[in-house]
Amino acid sequence: MTKRKFGLGLSLMLAAGTMLAACGSDEDTSSTDTGNGGEGGEGTEETSDFSVAMVTDVGGVDDKSFNQSAWEGLQKFGEENGLEKGDGGFDYLQSQSDADYNTNLNNLIRRDFDVVFGIGFLMEGAVAEIAAQQPDAQIAIIDAVVEADNVASVLFKEQEGAFLAGVAAALMTETGKVGFVGGMDIPVIERFEAGFLAGVEAANADVEVDVQYTGAFDKAELGKTTANRMYQGGADIIFHAAGGTGNGVFTEAKERKEADADANVWVIGVDSDQYDEGQVGDANITLTSVLKRVDNAVFNISEQAMNGEFPGGETVVYGLADDGIDLADSRGAIPEDIMTQIEEFKQQIIDGDITVPETVE
Amino acid sequence: MSNRVTNILVPLVSVILGLLVGAIIMLVSGYNPLIGYTALWNGIFGDLYTIGETLRQITPYLLAGLAVAFAFRSGLFNIGVEGQLIVGWFAAAYVGVAVELPKIIHLPLAILAAAVAGALWGFVPGLLKAKFRVHEVIVTIMMNYIALHVTNALIKTVSDGGDRTERIFTSASLRSEFFQNLTEFSRLHYGILLALIMVGVMWLILEKTTLGYELKAVGFNQNASEYAGMNVNKNIILAMVISGAFAGLAGSMEALGTFEYVSSKGGFTGIGFDGIAVALLGMNTPLGVIFGATLFGSLKYGALNMPNEAGIPLEIVEIVIAVIIFFVASGYIIRLLLLRAANKKKEAK
Amino acid sequence: MEYVVEMLNIRKEFGNFVANDNITLQLQKGEIHALLGENGAGKSTLMNVLFGLYQPEGGEIRVRGKKVDITNPNVANDLGIGMVHQHFMLVENFSVTENIILGSEPTKMGVTNKKDAADKVQALSEQYGLNVDPYAIIEDISVGMQQRVEILKTLYRGAEILIFDEPTASLTPQEIIELVQIMKRLIAEGKSIILITHKLKEIMDVSDRVTVIRKGQGIGTVVTADTNPNELASLMVGRQVEFKTEKGPAFPKDEVLDIRDLVVLDYRGVAKVKNLNLNVRKGEIVGIAGIDGNGQSELIEAITGLRKVKSGTIFINEKDVTGLKPRKVTEAGVGHIPQDRHKHGLVLDFPIGHNIALQTYYKSPISKNGIIDYNKINEKAKQIIADFDVRTQGPHELARSLSGGNQQKAIIGREVDRDPDLLIAALPTRGLDVGAIEFIHSRLIEQRDNGKAVLLISFELDEVMNVSDRIAVIHDGEIVDIVTPETTTEQELGLLMAGHKIDDNKKGELKEGEDQHVE
Repeated sequence: MTKRKFGLGLSLMLAAGTMLAACGSDEDTSSTDTGNGGEGGEGTEETSDFSVAMVTDVGGVDDKSFNQSAWEGLQKFGEENGLEKGDGGFDYLQSQSDADYNTNLNNLIRRDFDVVFGIGFLMEGAVAEIAAQQPDAQIAIIDAVVEADNVASVLFKEQEGAFLAGVAAALMTETGKVGFVGGMDIPVIERFEAGFLAGVEAANADVEVDVQYTGAFDKAELGKTTANRMYQGGADIIFHAAGGTGNGVFTEAKERKEADADANVWVIGVDSDQYDEGQVGDANITLTSVLKRVDNAVFNISEQAMNGEFPGGETVVYGLADDGIDLADSRGAIPEDIMTQIEEFKQQIIDGDITVPETVE
Repeated sequence: MSNRVTNILVPLVSVILGLLVGAIIMLVSGYNPLIGYTALWNGIFGDLYTIGETLRQITPYLLAGLAVAFAFRSGLFNIGVEGQLIVGWFAAAYVGVAVELPKIIHLPLAILAAAVAGALWGFVPGLLKAKFRVHEVIVTIMMNYIALHVTNALIKTVSDGGDRTERIFTSASLRSEFFQNLTEFSRLHYGILLALIMVGVMWLILEKTTLGYELKAVGFNQNASEYAGMNVNKNIILAMVISGAFAGLAGSMEALGTFEYVSSKGGFTGIGFDGIAVALLGMNTPLGVIFGATLFGSLKYGALNMPNEAGIPLEIVEIVIAVIIFFVASGYIIRLLLLRAANKKKEAK
Repeated sequence: MEYVVEMLNIRKEFGNFVANDNITLQLQKGEIHALLGENGAGKSTLMNVLFGLYQPEGGEIRVRGKKVDITNPNVANDLGIGMVHQHFMLVENFSVTENIILGSEPTKMGVTNKKDAADKVQALSEQYGLNVDPYAIIEDISVGMQQRVEILKTLYRGAEILIFDEPTASLTPQEIIELVQIMKRLIAEGKSIILITHKLKEIMDVSDRVTVIRKGQGIGTVVTADTNPNELASLMVGRQVEFKTEKGPAFPKDEVLDIRDLVVLDYRGVAKVKNLNLNVRKGEIVGIAGIDGNGQSELIEAITGLRKVKSGTIFINEKDVTGLKPRKVTEAGVGHIPQDRHKHGLVLDFPIGHNIALQTYYKSPISKNGIIDYNKINEKAKQIIADFDVRTQGPHELARSLSGGNQQKAIIGREVDRDPDLLIAALPTRGLDVGAIEFIHSRLIEQRDNGKAVLLISFELDEVMNVSDRIAVIHDGEIVDIVTPETTTEQELGLLMAGHKIDDNKKGELKEGEDQHVE
């Protein structure tokens, strides 16, 4: 009896699906028509037949970090070239689990986007596989290297930005102790850590650094407790490279500032300018942010592809020298004299006088 | 109202209600439910590629569902399927990259490694339950965390500080060129056959063996089983070991089929937890698990196409899918409502 | 004549099954009206109709002459109908008062006023002589006391008509006597009572009139004073019933069970069986008489291997089985009808066929090389179902859906069919009706006549007296005396069970003392 019930349920569901599909198909074509019509109307520029899209990793498009930054880059590119969101313009898909990367990449390629970005090192395996299956597609991957002729790999010298953050922290600390909160212990985050440690060391070797990894990028509560321990232990500036987990670091710092307006707590943000994250009433606890200009990289690669110069098979590395990495405006939090010293270090890195290590010794 | 009519009406009404409420949610959020459901349909059955991928998604759900169901039938609640799956995934991937052997040896060896790893992960809570009456729910939940972080550490070691292993040798892969060509390069792999065989294996164990009789008896009534001379402790351990082995096999589907590698995880895969729902939807029977896994896998995979084709945000899609599953699972409530309605009618006469 | 409740021509169907067919019951004010029927005859269904849990398909209910429509238990409550359920519905770790006010808590400005409630409970308790402490916690008080809490619950809610559903099923003999007094007190205070039971003795003791139902049909109503147990039994079962099972003299032979200096501890480490010695021979039934909790359960569990033995030895057919696993004991020739058939005797969610195989499923011909043959199980089950008159739709029916008597017959069939040298029957007739009891007793005697040893444990003196060839009286973990039914009385057994050893010369006096039991 039970079996029959299930079998029946399933077939009914299929039947209902078929009906819906049948009803929906008219609607579907008509909406596509208007879409095309709209584009056709504007489509006097030759750029309109270039399109680009991206797949986020499990962090989602509003992660206030590199997924969001990449999407901003794509939006900017779209705006400047008169593209619209959707087919034939620019678009994104979010991934719920690791298994979704292949499907999402594939879906976008089948929708004939000229370039598809895979955002994040997590997508390395999926990009490699899809690239092999779809040799005509152009795919770019951020934060990982995939060796295929139709894949452009984009890396950043995170350590250079982190170095400057380390300099800023070492020069600004009043307690002589600063903190680093990492997400998962993976190469990208290790580059942040190594750069930060080197920067502190270079500016003031006496400053102590408390390094903690939380093991996750999406556990804000974990970030909050880690930050709590660090502030409790005497640190006054925390640099986080932990995605969503880092939001907890901000929460902790803001709560402390809220409880005591004179509290000396600071957070250095990561990836995008996290100034807005640090607002507490009129005060702000964001010292600065290490900018990883994924948006610039996405914009650049898209532009190159549009001009027929897609860097397939190449690995492009962005650093301080080419605006791929930078320090955000501190909005006065860092005094002029210290800014000057930071600028000096920056120039030395750009000139090659300082080579920031990628790994922690 | 006769029983037969009720039995036909209940699933029908459940599904329609689920779709209706889902549609209302889409409407309220400002999206066209017809376009949304069309996208869902196309995401599941749209073409050979999506059908292949849907089947691929169903595969680990089948095994995770079997794992949970098997433990349930023996009176145990194995929440540790997630952890057993993760260790199985790692074990299979490790065997896949560590050695290169002829396929006829390598593939079975990798699959076996996954089953053994999962079984071991089930053995610990089984032993603690049998010997010290420690509740398996507590132990298995903790074993999940241990599994997650131990495998992450092992992956780092195996990959020299990296966050994922190399790709497994093709000699250990479940991927099938035949299936790939058939389904326009979907990741559908031979694992689906293995999973279906395991459905049969579970049925055989439960329905045809003396062991199955004992496991079911222990599951229903430990006192009576002890009275009848069964070794209750042995059966508890065995049930957890077999359940864990199914879960480990689910992990090998990911290691040798879907991904062909294992990468460090920031959190759980969720497949093991969804397995609980799969098993319960299937009323813990082997055939029921096929139904549950198909429903779960199809909706889960098809849902990806709703943002893609209909532009509905993933968050709304997740709610709609959850609502549909919720209504299918609440067949009991609907049965009750139908009976009420029938009674009212009778009274009105 | 004034009727407080009239149920006229009630009909209740479940699908195709007619549970109540044209039953009429009229309750007079101030009477105890017994509702008699076998298990599954439809007594509970009828009362659930009155209590508003079921809606009847036909007939009408009148309360105090007015036609009423009892759609749910709240309506019944408002009409002054209260039910004392067989399985108490009490919250174990709540106090008596808290349980009584549960669901209708008196509040003062939103705060539960327990003091007032407790005072009211105290007053009611005194009025009806219930002797209940309003502040006692349920899990600390005896079963009899818990039942009085259930009675108080209905009185507190203003019940005028009380339904008692099998109230004596879980009571000790002393508690039963007290309950009878309470019921009489209730009547004296102007209440009316419907008593559901299948125990004839109780009916003869307390009721004024009896309505008999059989297989869902109303058989009729008789005045208790004008009838006798034999007539009631035939009305209930539909044929002549023997109360005293026919049995010839015993011819005991070799010893099968020999227990020497047995000491068994309970889970707290307290000795429940103390240096116990006992033997049972082929061809005899030894009954163990005693009050619940004097070590009977521990004794059986020790013999069957379910509980560890502290010291002493147990021999079966001269083989030492002390400390063996249950299966080894079973295979040494022991059959065991367990005390709690739901907990130990059956896997309720298994089909009855599976249950009949519970002791043999692993052996040839049912299992070979780890593969089980359910066809063989069902064949065997069909045979036992037929041999032991188990009323069921077949081996595939779930054990849960069989009536208690038929469940017990299946267990007895399973154990007897293996032809064990020693059959241990613990409370084999608990909760069963006369027909089933008669059947089970005759089966035990048949085993004896086939030269098997039978060890019977029972709390019912009638049963011990009727069936046993020798009676071993257990008190506080020791066998205080071994007597024969021919030379003892229930009076004497009662004293022995309470721990009094009686001199031989006093036995005669006691024997002349009146035997108040109808049989």
